[in-house]
Amino acid sequence: MNAHLKILSAGPAMSLQDMGREGYLAHGLTRGGAADRLALHEGAALLGQSPDCAALEMVGMGGTFEATVDTVIALTGARMGATLDGAPLTWHASHALPAGAKLVIGGAQAGTYGYLHVAGGFQTPVVMHARASHLNAQIGALCHIGDTLPISANASARSGYFLTPDPRLQGGTIRIITSFQSDQFAQETRNRFAATSFQRDARGNRQGVRMHTDENGFYATDGLSIVSEVITTGDIQIAGDGAPYVLMCESQTTGGYPRIGTVIPCDLPKVAQAPVGAPVQFEFISHAEAIEIEKRARNEVKALATKAQPLVRDPSDIADLLSYQLISGAVSATADPFA
Amino acid sequence: MTDGPTIKTVGLSGLLVSFGTAMSEPANRAALAFRAALEAENWPEVSETMMSLVSVFVAVDLVSIPAAQVEERLRDLLGKQDWTAAPLPGGRTRWHVPTVYGTDLAPQLAEAAEVTGLDPDTAIRQLSSARVRVLTLGFAPGQPYLGELDEVWNIPRQQNLTKSVPSGALVLAIRQLIIFTAPTPTGWRHVGQTAFRNFVLDAAKPFALSPGDELSFPAIDRGAFDKIGADDRYGGADRESLA
Repeated sequence: MNAHLKILSAGPAMSLQDMGREGYLAHGLTRGGAADRLALHEGAALLGQSPDCAALEMVGMGGTFEATVDTVIALTGARMGATLDGAPLTWHASHALPAGAKLVIGGAQAGTYGYLHVAGGFQTPVVMHARASHLNAQIGALCHIGDTLPISANASARSGYFLTPDPRLQGGTIRIITSFQSDQFAQETRNRFAATSFQRDARGNRQGVRMHTDENGFYATDGLSIVSEVITTGDIQIAGDGAPYVLMCESQTTGGYPRIGTVIPCDLPKVAQAPVGAPVQFEFISHAEAIEIEKRARNEVKALATKAQPLVRDPSDIADLLSYQLISGAVSATADPFA
Repeated sequence: MTDGPTIKTVGLSGLLVSFGTAMSEPANRAALAFRAALEAENWPEVSETMMSLVSVFVAVDLVSIPAAQVEERLRDLLGKQDWTAAPLPGGRTRWHVPTVYGTDLAPQLAEAAEVTGLDPDTAIRQLSSARVRVLTLGFAPGQPYLGELDEVWNIPRQQNLTKSVPSGALVLAIRQLIIFTAPTPTGWRHVGQTAFRNFVLDAAKPFALSPGDELSFPAIDRGAFDKIGADDRYGGADRESLA
């Protein structure tokens, strides 16, 4: 039998994502991939597998799923209510998903982008070196009710682990650095930008996120006549109405609106996850400081696998307790459980 | 262009070598030639490069490699020649893309002509005989910015966006043409319609065009347009190789 995860119900914006596609900028295609790449690393750490595995990205709302084979899943990113055959599942954790059991993932309680990972990763065809759907470029598509997503029939992964995630689901201070167009803005404008309290606007998606303020716009000194230039993920573009947009993984590759600064890479998940209305403030830091912060963040990502902890479960949370093999199958206390 | 090229950092993602601050033919040729030279160098620290109208973006992980070090290497390469005088790279293609001007397929031809002061027939004659080059690919996958047209075509974008023009649309503003990859809202005027597809995911060559390719848009009538097969992703275009 083919190994699949069946989608029995689906939120409005679910798609398969991985680390995206590098190397196509010259062709007009941005990297795409998961809006919150840190969540992919967390899922990989929980399951003890590669962060390159594709996962299901769920925007604001999950769905109902059933696997045709026994597998293991992990849940990361935006915190969503989840149950397995009616019993609640801990978020930011890995769980056994027996064949035929119903996994229900509800609406986001904190954050925007939730992720469902499976052992071995989803096995959809690789297109231009990645499995990620790039919706804006019409590569891949949203997932719908009735889709059957191929998974690995015999991938091993560990269940029953949890991670305490890097806090990033409620907005907050986003660290930014200057970029090549920052000097198109007067220093006074940049100061006012950094002193302004924004809210994450309802207008936001994988292309960009608008930040709302009731204050005056932030205009460049020569804003409408600059030549179109390369866009990198995290650039804060000031549109014609003076409002900032943080450009995300599926942005266009070039743009004519000036950019006041760019979000440092390790703060991008915080921008992606900020729910509509969440407070956001931008803080300029030096390039040297940004490099140090980024180095630390990369080391923390590398150490994620060692931070996953066994989940201590309350037996009353386990709906089918009696079906568990609780006695035999003891393992050596000295063996490497991740080997 | 009077000043030399500038080099600036692009966040922590790389460096930008600019040959000008506004679109110009010499600056675009310089960017085209410099990017080709940089690609040929194949530096290990450069993960990818792209050109915009007048600049080359050099992707480097500035968290692990100091910007100053890469800038020095770029300066050395820049100093090797006058890039604005560089010949166009080889291996380019010339395309002749059949195009319907005006009609309900491209309803803003007359309006664009009016802005220039040309009558519609003259406008069509000029556009269908113009030869333009891919100045850069960008915004959407494989989408070319083409130029430059004669100065008479230096018309501004319209104030209000057209809600959506279809893929294959030939749109015009500021002496440039674009063939749209996908249906797009735009301030550029929709003057022609082609059956050309910039990006076809399943094709052996997903991206049809490369920077430096030359294009012309000979006029055809509606009958000829309707005969172009839906499976012809090049929309009936003739191709020739440029040495």
